[in-house]
Amino acid sequence: MSRIAPCAARAREQERGLLIPYLVAGDPDFATTLALMRELVARGADMIELGIPFSDPSSDGPVIQRGVERALAGGATLAGVLELARRFRDQDGRTPVILMGYLNPIEIMGYGEFTAGCARAGVDGVLVVDMPLAEAGDLPALLAGQGIDRIFLVSPTTAPCRAREIIEYTSGYLYYVSLKGVTGAALEDRESVAGNIAGLRKLTDLPIIIGFGIRDEETALAMNALGDGVIIGSALVEKIEALPPEATRHPEAIGEAAELIGRVRRALDHDGKRVS
Amino acid sequence: MPEPAPELGAEFAGPDENGHFGPYGGVFVGETLVRAVAELAEAYASLSAKPEFWREFDVDLADYVGRPSPLYLAERLSEAWGGARIWLKREDLNHTGAHKVNNTIGQALLAKHMGKTRLIAETGAGQHGVASATVAARMGLECHVYMGAEDIVRQAPNVYRMKLLGARVIAVESGSRTLKDAMNEALRDWATHVDDTYYIIGTVAGPHPYPRMVRDFQSVIGREARRQFLERTGVLPDALVACVGGGSNAIGLFHPFLGDSDVAMYGVEAAGRGLDTPDHAAPLCAGRPGVLHGNRTYLMVDEHGQILDTHSVSAGLDYPGVGPEHAWLKDLERVRYVGATDRETLEAFHQLTRLEGIIPALESSHALAWAGRLAAKMKSGQNLLVNLSGRGDKDIEAVARLEGADFGTA
Repeated sequence: MSRIAPCAARAREQERGLLIPYLVAGDPDFATTLALMRELVARGADMIELGIPFSDPSSDGPVIQRGVERALAGGATLAGVLELARRFRDQDGRTPVILMGYLNPIEIMGYGEFTAGCARAGVDGVLVVDMPLAEAGDLPALLAGQGIDRIFLVSPTTAPCRAREIIEYTSGYLYYVSLKGVTGAALEDRESVAGNIAGLRKLTDLPIIIGFGIRDEETALAMNALGDGVIIGSALVEKIEALPPEATRHPEAIGEAAELIGRVRRALDHDGKRVS
Repeated sequence: MPEPAPELGAEFAGPDENGHFGPYGGVFVGETLVRAVAELAEAYASLSAKPEFWREFDVDLADYVGRPSPLYLAERLSEAWGGARIWLKREDLNHTGAHKVNNTIGQALLAKHMGKTRLIAETGAGQHGVASATVAARMGLECHVYMGAEDIVRQAPNVYRMKLLGARVIAVESGSRTLKDAMNEALRDWATHVDDTYYIIGTVAGPHPYPRMVRDFQSVIGREARRQFLERTGVLPDALVACVGGGSNAIGLFHPFLGDSDVAMYGVEAAGRGLDTPDHAAPLCAGRPGVLHGNRTYLMVDEHGQILDTHSVSAGLDYPGVGPEHAWLKDLERVRYVGATDRETLEAFHQLTRLEGIIPALESSHALAWAGRLAAKMKSGQNLLVNLSGRGDKDIEAVARLEGADFGTA
């Protein structure tokens, strides 16, 4: 069974915002990603979103594009991502792992094999960026059959009737895209996020996690105040980009990159909410 | 009166209301674009049901594009190849030099009706970029064209043409720096400026409604050709040949003939250095189905689902996907998809230039190369219609470079 709901319940009980870092699996190699995942958890990440590298990431901004290019240059494949998740799970039985990516690698592997691979690797949720509900085929049912959460996006352009339908098929958490644009863009219109989240609240009890444009303590605090937690992607991938070659030999550099999440964790925990 | 085209069988009647041609097509986009794509589908469905919209379109095609484009019997070429008589549908004579403008005229009308003030486009060879910049200039709209950095080098004259027309050309440095990456970048732009921006896709690919809408605009080619051919000869052609990158000129020619079961059809993909090498751009000949740029279709893809780098002498065919309707027509075996190599293409380019005084685009030269092989196997009384989709002015520097000729000396 997925670890997401228990994790979210713990956070809710402790009145703390969920903090979910995103990193590209295999950027620049799987050993580095695994070391980073452990550091991120040690510094307060509640869950981890692992990006599946794809050659044509048309919803991502330049920072994540470069991360994907590094991962592909390092030979990352979807099978390798599943193996990475399994190795992480061997060491950490508690932290939820969510795979996030584009449909084509999953389609070429086959939905059945992908789902079985996720189950074996202890993956807790799957989010396919370019697969609207109407085109999802039997993938959601296959994932549900293995107890894996189906996470969908809601954006500022999602009409309320469509949001209702998306929520019906979503489990784990609802990913709210804070802005019109790609990952790593600047978060400008905060009022509209507040309004839209308030609308979504009326439709669901699922945790609402806000992503896109969250890059530091200030943006994380602002967005966490509106939802149940935040996702930080591009800002972390930028730190990974700056890692020295053969980063696993430099644990202090890995720690430094992950410290972005440590800082945001402390900020969220001191945000007037009760800390357990 | 020309014979009306027969009713289309159900298998050719696609797409369905969700944009599917059999298992292909559909709407595979990020959530931010779902509403924009749906609004576009609604706007197109409502406008295309109105005769006034098509009247406006036809007037623009006549007075601005110069349609109908001629149907030309290439006698010296027919003689040289032996066998069938070769007819050329002269899309190269359109304003801006290719079939691309048929589509940009239609989509610009749609953009105007939808109240959008900013146009964006992707381009490979630059023909669609030029056609988009042209309609933007004419309508006083802002225009941004995404073009792979490698294509900018290959197609310098078109880049300058777009700038003269007032468009901003944005070099795309990501990925393989060609058409597919330009399309990724245009999709990112659209998601960012979704309220005021209209994305003019240049081919019959992308999310629904683009494959259908672009086909409808380009079908003027086949409707005219069918009428012209019947008027001139009293019969239908025995075979149609068109090049296929995304496939807009091919579907434009083929679609009005789909119900004519005696008319054979050949879509010619870019075989580059050969279909048995990795250096080509022929997803229908040598690829497999997957999902890219909003639709499910045949793709050039590796066993891990990564899109492969493509190669073609012609920038306009250098794309790893193809329109979903072509994928479906391949599976139905209604159209046969074949390849022409760079070398065969350059030979055909020179043949048409020397024998008929027509310099064809390198894209269209792929169709000619296959037509030459096909014609030789056909009987002398038979007729072969080739879509000459564009003119080759943009390519002469590239050809000179490829062949080591001196450009600019007598």
